[in-house]
Amino acid sequence: MALGFEEVTRGFSVEEALNEASRCLHCKNPRCVEACPVRIQIPEFIAKVKELDFAGAADVIAQDSSLPAICGRVCPQENQCEGRCVLGIKSKSVAIGMLERFVADWSREEGYEGKKVHAENLGMKVAVVGSGPAGLACAGDLAKLGYDVTIFEALHEVGGVLAYGIPEFRLPKDTVLKHEVDQVRKLGVKIETDVIIGRTITIDQLMDEEGFEAVFVGTGAGLPKFMGIPGENLNGVFSANEFLTRSNLMKAYRDDYLTPIKKGGKVAVVGGGNVAMDAARTALRLGSDTTIVYRRTEVELPARAAEVKHAKLEGVKFAMLTNPVEILGNENGWVKALRCVKMELGEPDASGRRSPVAIEGSEFEIEADTVIMALGTAPNPLISRTTEGLDVNGRGCIVADETGVTSRPGVFAGGDAVSGAATVILAMGAGRKAAAAIHEYLSK
Amino acid sequence: MFRILEKEMLTPTICRMKLEATRLAKSARPGQFLIVRTDEKGERIPLTVSDYDAEAGTVTIVTQKIGASTINLVDNFNEGDSFADVVGPLGNASEFVNMAPDELSEQSFIFIAGGVGTAPVYPQAKWLKEHGAKVDVIIGAKTADLLIYKKEMSEVCDNLFICTDDGSEGFHGMVTALLEKLVIEEERHYTQAVAIGPMIMMKFTTLTAKKLGLPITVSLNTLMVDGTGMCGACRVSVGGKMKFACVDGPEFNGFEVDFDEAMRRQTLYKEEEKAALTK
Repeated sequence: MALGFEEVTRGFSVEEALNEASRCLHCKNPRCVEACPVRIQIPEFIAKVKELDFAGAADVIAQDSSLPAICGRVCPQENQCEGRCVLGIKSKSVAIGMLERFVADWSREEGYEGKKVHAENLGMKVAVVGSGPAGLACAGDLAKLGYDVTIFEALHEVGGVLAYGIPEFRLPKDTVLKHEVDQVRKLGVKIETDVIIGRTITIDQLMDEEGFEAVFVGTGAGLPKFMGIPGENLNGVFSANEFLTRSNLMKAYRDDYLTPIKKGGKVAVVGGGNVAMDAARTALRLGSDTTIVYRRTEVELPARAAEVKHAKLEGVKFAMLTNPVEILGNENGWVKALRCVKMELGEPDASGRRSPVAIEGSEFEIEADTVIMALGTAPNPLISRTTEGLDVNGRGCIVADETGVTSRPGVFAGGDAVSGAATVILAMGAGRKAAAAIHEYLSK
Repeated sequence: MFRILEKEMLTPTICRMKLEATRLAKSARPGQFLIVRTDEKGERIPLTVSDYDAEAGTVTIVTQKIGASTINLVDNFNEGDSFADVVGPLGNASEFVNMAPDELSEQSFIFIAGGVGTAPVYPQAKWLKEHGAKVDVIIGAKTADLLIYKKEMSEVCDNLFICTDDGSEGFHGMVTALLEKLVIEEERHYTQAVAIGPMIMMKFTTLTAKKLGLPITVSLNTLMVDGTGMCGACRVSVGGKMKFACVDGPEFNGFEVDFDEAMRRQTLYKEEEKAALTK
């Protein structure tokens, strides 16, 4: 049966959730909490699940996370909470991500909205640039504190990478994403789509002409990288961003939408992160024979273990220790193959991972008519170029401290725009910290 | 939602619309473009801005019916209707907007406008004229019926030259032949040429400009999705380097553009576009 775009991973039933929750040892010094970037009180919420108090569990999570239905689905739990679970040493870690998702999905389905906060209207305007995880979290917290918050989004859909990057089969848009956005709207946050800060209006104009007293920049890392090898401008070479944006944001996978996308044929996806897995699994669903090309081994794949597992089960092929050196085209300028070299692992590099070294004379070709480059992304320079006094580092990331304070008074930043491409939960955490810092700044 | 305030067919296939887009109208500059998404299921279509009025909060776009999306835009949307999204301005403003007034008064521009590319020349010529530069414009089309913006353009330039491939109006021949005639036979002096039109026309105009020793700027109408630097569909080789037309352009030094590659990349979705027309 052909694969569709509906969500692949089924959530827990109540019974499964209870069984899983009962496995938690409630450690005195919970290592899972330490390993969570936003320090969700994990044993505490699991205890509530055990007691069948799902609303209570949701309240515990809500203290630290504003996007649990999303993080439960997309967090790299094996490197965070679940990776440090004591049970994982001898057997299987508690499925914390699945339990978080269970609680969040229960809240959505049952219409549980959590404890109401009635903040006094402070009569102060704050602008949030970008409606991805950082922006949504920052806006939500600021609204709860009583600020008049407007989110400005460049695209026509709200959600940033959650809308254009992560596919439907991993994060359903009309249920999960829409609900999280609606929750933020219900707090009184206004969202203006189709406004590109730095083009449609600048940060300076927002502050000088529209009365915003502080601005949070959560513009993510949306600029695709290429390898710089010959043939990258051949017809049939796409950035993963383009391929995924066509499918996710523009819904090109559906026949009733007008945006085109390449379907079928032989697809090579270069890279080993979650974006590479998303692109490969999307290509597979569009009927393509798909291969992931990665220069290290499977052990070093930066993608979540679950994504690699699904990609394999679904039929994506993996060419490991393989590095492209050139994209070859036919006489009409269309891709016909990827010329690669075989790699072997050498000495560990700065990141501690063994660096791949090319094996001399090992060149070979992988037949392909589409090549998708999933090599990571960098922050978009539009804001830094058009905002006086906002410092960026050599990698184009906005310079900000732990709490989001930048070189420009009143302008705060967080998420991938500051860190470079990272995770949803880190961006959300940065958005919340910045909200607290903005509150402090405006309370002075 | 972005309301369509006026709609007018300039030729049977080219349509002009005035849209309500307050924020965009305030910040638009010559050389920039915008993106329209007609409705929920539509593409993000990059279109040229042919005029803008900050006070009225309106922008004017000119669209030629070429594929399924532009046909939908022109045929199914009328005065009083709204587009789901109008976003911009996108791309960089023309370089000349940063010139000092005394520098501008020494400039003599020759614009070479082809087909629907005539529309985006209008705000550039208008801006330059208002700022004291000399401006001549060549408008070229296959035949007289396809010429647009003759009257509007004549009001914002010093000399307007018309040419048609079939000789039905103005100079009989291509824009390149007319440009050569103006510079060589009529000894007109220009400091800068700007060509906007079909990629093939910009390629040959650049070759002519090179022969004439005339610096030339071209405005690249590549494929795009988001228009903000995110997808890279618009990448072009300029001076041997990879550039994104949406954020690095759309205007580039014509001498440095790899036009053959750019034309080839425009055909990327030809099959899909053909299929969409028969849907």
